[in-house]
Amino acid sequence: MFRAITVRLMQSIPVLLLVAVLSFILMHLLPGDPAVVIAGADATPAAVERIRRELGLDQPIWQQLLSWFLNLAQGKFGSSLVLNQTVLSAVAERLPVTLSLAALSLAITLPLGITLGILAAYFRSSWIDAGVMMIALIGVSVPSFWIAILSVILFSVTLGWVPSSGYAPLLTAGPGPWFASLIQPAMVLSLFQIGFLARMTRSAMLDVLDQDFIRTARAKGVSEWRTVGKHGFRNALVAVVTVGGIILSLLIGGSVVVEQVFALPGIGRLVVQGIMARDYPLIQGTMLLFGFAFVLINVAVDIIYTLVDPRVRYD
Amino acid sequence: MTEVVLAAAPTQMLAERRRFRVLRKLAAHRSFKIGLVLVAILVLCAIIGPMLTGIDPTAMSIRSRFKPPSARFPFGSDQYGRDILTRVLYGGRLSLSIGLSVALISGVFGAAIGVTAGYFRALDPYVMRLMDALMAFPAILLAIGIGAALGAQASSIVVALSVAYVPRTARIVRASVLVIREMEYLQAARVSGAGDLHIIVKHVLPNCLGPLIVQLTFIFAYAILAEAALSFLGIGPPPPAPSWGNIIAEGRDYSVEAWWVMLFPGLAVSLAALGMNLLGDGLRDVLDPRLKIET
Amino acid sequence: MAEQPLLSVENLTVQFRGDAGWVNAVEGVDFAVGAGECLGIVGESGSGKSVSALSILKLHSPANTRYASGAIRYGDRDLLTLPQRRLRQVRGGEIAMIFQDPMSSLNPVLTIADQIMEPLRQHQGLSVQAARRKAIELLDMVRISDASRRIDDYPHRLSGGMRQRVMIAIAVACRPRLLIADEPTTALDVTIQSQILELLRELQREIGMSVILITHDLGVVAEFAQRVVVMYAGRVVETASVPALFERPMHPYTEGLIRAVPNLDEDVHRLTTIPGSIPDPSMSITGCRFSPRCREAVQSCLEKPPSLVDAGAGHLARCPPRIAAGGIS
Repeated sequence: MFRAITVRLMQSIPVLLLVAVLSFILMHLLPGDPAVVIAGADATPAAVERIRRELGLDQPIWQQLLSWFLNLAQGKFGSSLVLNQTVLSAVAERLPVTLSLAALSLAITLPLGITLGILAAYFRSSWIDAGVMMIALIGVSVPSFWIAILSVILFSVTLGWVPSSGYAPLLTAGPGPWFASLIQPAMVLSLFQIGFLARMTRSAMLDVLDQDFIRTARAKGVSEWRTVGKHGFRNALVAVVTVGGIILSLLIGGSVVVEQVFALPGIGRLVVQGIMARDYPLIQGTMLLFGFAFVLINVAVDIIYTLVDPRVRYD
Repeated sequence: MTEVVLAAAPTQMLAERRRFRVLRKLAAHRSFKIGLVLVAILVLCAIIGPMLTGIDPTAMSIRSRFKPPSARFPFGSDQYGRDILTRVLYGGRLSLSIGLSVALISGVFGAAIGVTAGYFRALDPYVMRLMDALMAFPAILLAIGIGAALGAQASSIVVALSVAYVPRTARIVRASVLVIREMEYLQAARVSGAGDLHIIVKHVLPNCLGPLIVQLTFIFAYAILAEAALSFLGIGPPPPAPSWGNIIAEGRDYSVEAWWVMLFPGLAVSLAALGMNLLGDGLRDVLDPRLKIET
Repeated sequence: MAEQPLLSVENLTVQFRGDAGWVNAVEGVDFAVGAGECLGIVGESGSGKSVSALSILKLHSPANTRYASGAIRYGDRDLLTLPQRRLRQVRGGEIAMIFQDPMSSLNPVLTIADQIMEPLRQHQGLSVQAARRKAIELLDMVRISDASRRIDDYPHRLSGGMRQRVMIAIAVACRPRLLIADEPTTALDVTIQSQILELLRELQREIGMSVILITHDLGVVAEFAQRVVVMYAGRVVETASVPALFERPMHPYTEGLIRAVPNLDEDVHRLTTIPGSIPDPSMSITGCRFSPRCREAVQSCLEKPPSLVDAGAGHLARCPPRIAAGGIS
């Protein structure tokens, strides 16, 4: 197992390097001059020039790329121009918010999406199937921030059940306020993922339920519940795990928008703020971290895949 | 050259027969029909709708600010007294064009890259690693970054979303090329001396078309949703020219008092995405042989 | 078979959902199997033999299947109308089944242990430990060497023959009274085939169960069964004891099948085949369904459907001209 993880990590090194190069290129595509941003609008040209030299922006692009890599190798992701903070500490500060949101959203998405998908597949072509698939389809068709605003009008403004924005940290504010501040964003965020997962699970289950071993299970006298839940879903899980990476990617992407609507101080909001403020090192660093995280998530998905499907083994 | 023609003939005949069968199956597919009608209505509204209301979507009127839906303003009016119905109809032009452009551009580049990687195996590892790296960024984040780099306008959204969806399209095309290139008729064509370009155009491309079209329909839906999200984040097509996304974004600040400003464009986005998703489901059932047809 | 049979299928008609409505897959099928007896069901693919076999435990997909008429009598019960809960007690407990393709019939993501223990825990309520001990015994019984280690393997680690042995172990786990074997050797190598059949014969004797053996191979039936049912295009065309059938086949189709079996005792140079193929179930044929392929067909064969007639001593055939003529022409 340890060897398998090592092999898979080694395989992902080229992609990690490319992710780093792409983050670098992306920053250099951005219009404007970081030196001007730092120096401020009414700085003298000489001051701007000095800052530019300090940042190494006067050097040829390949040298900048090289020093970017050398810094990365030492674990330096750069410092924000605006926040007076290193990128890593800015991200670390906001990570709990995004992780809380993602975890809560997954806790809603996984059971609901999978159950709905299984139900639709088992009762295929019936009204249950049609109903579940309609819900799933609406889930993947409705813009999340729009539903978020409507939800705020209903649950926060009209009913006053949950706060409309802001984050209450788990450790300082306690679990109650923490949960109250996140449940609405998490549910909004889950909507798309539930639809996506339900559709995937359904089609995987449809394939599996037609297989001979399902008939074998029934011939053994196993209950329908166990036939579908154990024999069927354990096989469909193989297909569902392969989209695990996509679901997490959608979750991260969705959290950018949802954090913005609910004013949650997470990483997504950090990136958007960075882009608005033209905080180049911050954008570059966070994009890079997102990219790394996603590559590692995919490694984890591959590993889980080998655990779920005994036919696949890394050697 | 005669051998090549012989090798090509059965594929073409098969292709024709298949085309006919595909059309018949699509005509019988319920969600395809619903999706088609929905999309057709929205496209029609976007094309001729603005002519029917005969109102300037940017015309402001202080006296008719924040009017709730009524006979005069069926969808109400916004903070500048502009008619929301007209703005939604005009917004449809922009939003649907963005969706279509993203789907077409992703299709062309995705197919080119996917075919290259799948057909010329020597290039495959390099090309696909680059695609993997691009896919490592969540699509919306990549689009935010590129959109911000290129400035807030419709064309930069199209570029940003295309860059995000090209790798995903390329991967799907490559997968079907890998299957096709092992087919016997393709080997036969190669043995009889057909050139790579000829084989790609005559045999490979037509056979990846099914999965590609399915993917592009879904990308169309995603692009419409993403345009709305990017506009909301302030990187969309700039006001005053309406897009569904920026109408919602503008209406957000008044969402409690004037809910209609953001409600109707949001419904339009949802219906358009729903229609495209239904179309995509239908096309997938019929065109993608890996999945069984469920009606 | 004077006493009450263990199980009898009476006038069974099964319909599948087709593009243009419901289509009869089998029609008016009758057969019975006595206690301890082995009944062979023979026919080409599409004859309805597997459809009939799967219907006994109602294993067809409920959404696309209709049991339009008939009964499956088992003791004083009719399996077709038995409530789901009680049907489940019969499945795998009293009547077990093995299938054609051992590659796809075992669940690829569960261990052998998991799959053998399941019926034991379900029907006999054994604890995990007891079920595991019993499962190892069963693997020994179906001659899988090194059973205590093999039991924790996943199916893809076993060969086709071994997987079919595992399937048999699962089937006989609760010592059923009837085993339905649906082409159990078709997907296997010839050498493995005879081993599997030998194993089935031994287990049948040991457990004292009845067996319904579905096959397209009359040679297998001759070796294994006491009585035989020949099916064609969804109908029973002949049923007789094995010696009677081989000695005096009444139906031209049966005769053709027998001629198509290579006979090692005789010096045959050429095997005969029956020209043509089974008609599509959705095709409507007024008369005898075999008449398009039958060299002896007369006008009456095309006009009205023949009924199954007793030619004496429990030998039934669906061929009035032959029976009227008193046997082989």
